[in-house]
Amino acid sequence: MNRRRSAVLVGIFLLFFAWIGFGGDYIFYLSTMPAAAPAASSGSRTPYHHTFPWFGVGATLLAVGMAWYSWRNGPKQVLWASGAWELVQATKPEEQQLVNVVEEMAIASGLPRPKLWIVPDNDPNAFSTGTDERHAHIAVTEGLLTTLSRDELQAVVAHELAHVKNYDVKLMTLLAALVGVLALISDGTWRFLGRGGGRVLRGRSSGGGRKGGGGLVVILLVLWLISVLLAPIVSRLLALAVSRKREFLADASSAQFTRNPAALAAALRKIEDASAPTTAIQRGSAHLCIADPLGRRINAKQGFVADMFGTHPPMAVRIARLKAMAYQYDKTGVLPETV
Amino acid sequence: MSWILLIAIVAAVVWGISAYNGLIQLKGDTLNAWKQIDVQLKRRHDLIPNLINAVKGAMDFERETLEAVIQARNQAVKIQAEALPTGGVKKLAAAEARLGAALSRLNVVVEQYPQLKATANIGQLQEELTSTENRVAFARQLYNDTATSYNVRQQQFPWTLIAGMAKAEIVELWEITDEQERAVPKVDLSSKPKA
Repeated sequence: MNRRRSAVLVGIFLLFFAWIGFGGDYIFYLSTMPAAAPAASSGSRTPYHHTFPWFGVGATLLAVGMAWYSWRNGPKQVLWASGAWELVQATKPEEQQLVNVVEEMAIASGLPRPKLWIVPDNDPNAFSTGTDERHAHIAVTEGLLTTLSRDELQAVVAHELAHVKNYDVKLMTLLAALVGVLALISDGTWRFLGRGGGRVLRGRSSGGGRKGGGGLVVILLVLWLISVLLAPIVSRLLALAVSRKREFLADASSAQFTRNPAALAAALRKIEDASAPTTAIQRGSAHLCIADPLGRRINAKQGFVADMFGTHPPMAVRIARLKAMAYQYDKTGVLPETV
Repeated sequence: MSWILLIAIVAAVVWGISAYNGLIQLKGDTLNAWKQIDVQLKRRHDLIPNLINAVKGAMDFERETLEAVIQARNQAVKIQAEALPTGGVKKLAAAEARLGAALSRLNVVVEQYPQLKATANIGQLQEELTSTENRVAFARQLYNDTATSYNVRQQQFPWTLIAGMAKAEIVELWEITDEQERAVPKVDLSSKPKA
């Protein structure tokens, strides 16, 4: 259910991106259609006809390039920014326990063992990053190790491995790049309009209007301009919606791996209660964490605003769903597929 | 008309290839999951001599419990050598269940010796034992899940036509029948090295 819903959301996102890129091209193609009479444009130079979709191709290439760059360097940057150190040889008992738990969950999920990092921060939290399942990293804070029991730690590690298994790191990297490109396009359009470019556009489209079919072009152009101007907000909201769906999916997968949804519910409760922000984790990697590291009130609330702007679903809803899962598992012995 | 037939044949062949590959993939996944069980069982078997050595001195008079663990372990090692997903899973499961039960009895006994529990070495060993039991359980879970989808797929209608060609066979699941075996994780939880 969550899988399908997030697939639909990603589809909408890509359509929106295509509309901004190639839709713009199509409108320019229509509005710069050479008029039947060669005198349509004054002057000796031949009027420009927009036949190749430079705009869409350019935006796509830019997005791919950005995604590729942040995919190559993102994991390193996220880990570096959090000040994490890699746990190679466990020395303390709780480190050994963490190593063991990760190994157990790697077996349960059928993934290769990820690299392990410890973030020196007292607030309990955890995040995962990495390009694919062979180069995955899981980082936990010191606070997590001291706060949670073995079962709860296992559930949190399972949640992070679920992000790896569901390709969430790839997906969110790609979406972040698309959001970035759309913001650039929108910014460029604002500047263009501010410099009086709007008059040029209007002149052109009304010029074509006299030749017929112009009304449609004008409507399309207005729609397109509105969506370009709104693109940064719309795309960010879409990316956040995807992020929340993936969070539910990772919770469900965690329960699938541990067969113990109650442990994750208990862990989430403890993480929630220690509500100090995880200062070591930056805003950009918030969606990778098990709970919002910034301690923003928005993720705790329910209702319309929280539904729109949170990176994570409200903690109360996640816990309630996990408890429902645990109840059903206890009664029937069959773990429900989704929360 | 003939090109419709041609398209149908091409579609059938394409489907056949992908179904065949899908079955082979599932078979490979199942064997891989079985290997994972094998690795974790070996780890469990290798850990036991260390555990026995560590507690032997302090609990000389619990010889019976120790003997039971050693015996169950040696038997499981023997049976493991010849078990395959297509045969011998039940026997191995029973042997491992006996070993698990013997280990949990030992764990209960160890709990009764506070001075033994106080040494860091035992704490470490207990964590290793807990983890090993979990690894065996999770490897078994992964194997059962994979094997079930393999078994179901090769019996479902269109795939069953391809199953013979892909040499697909029904594999045995690792089922838990012993009540004591079910109780193992509960006993193990007591060994949490928690502050």
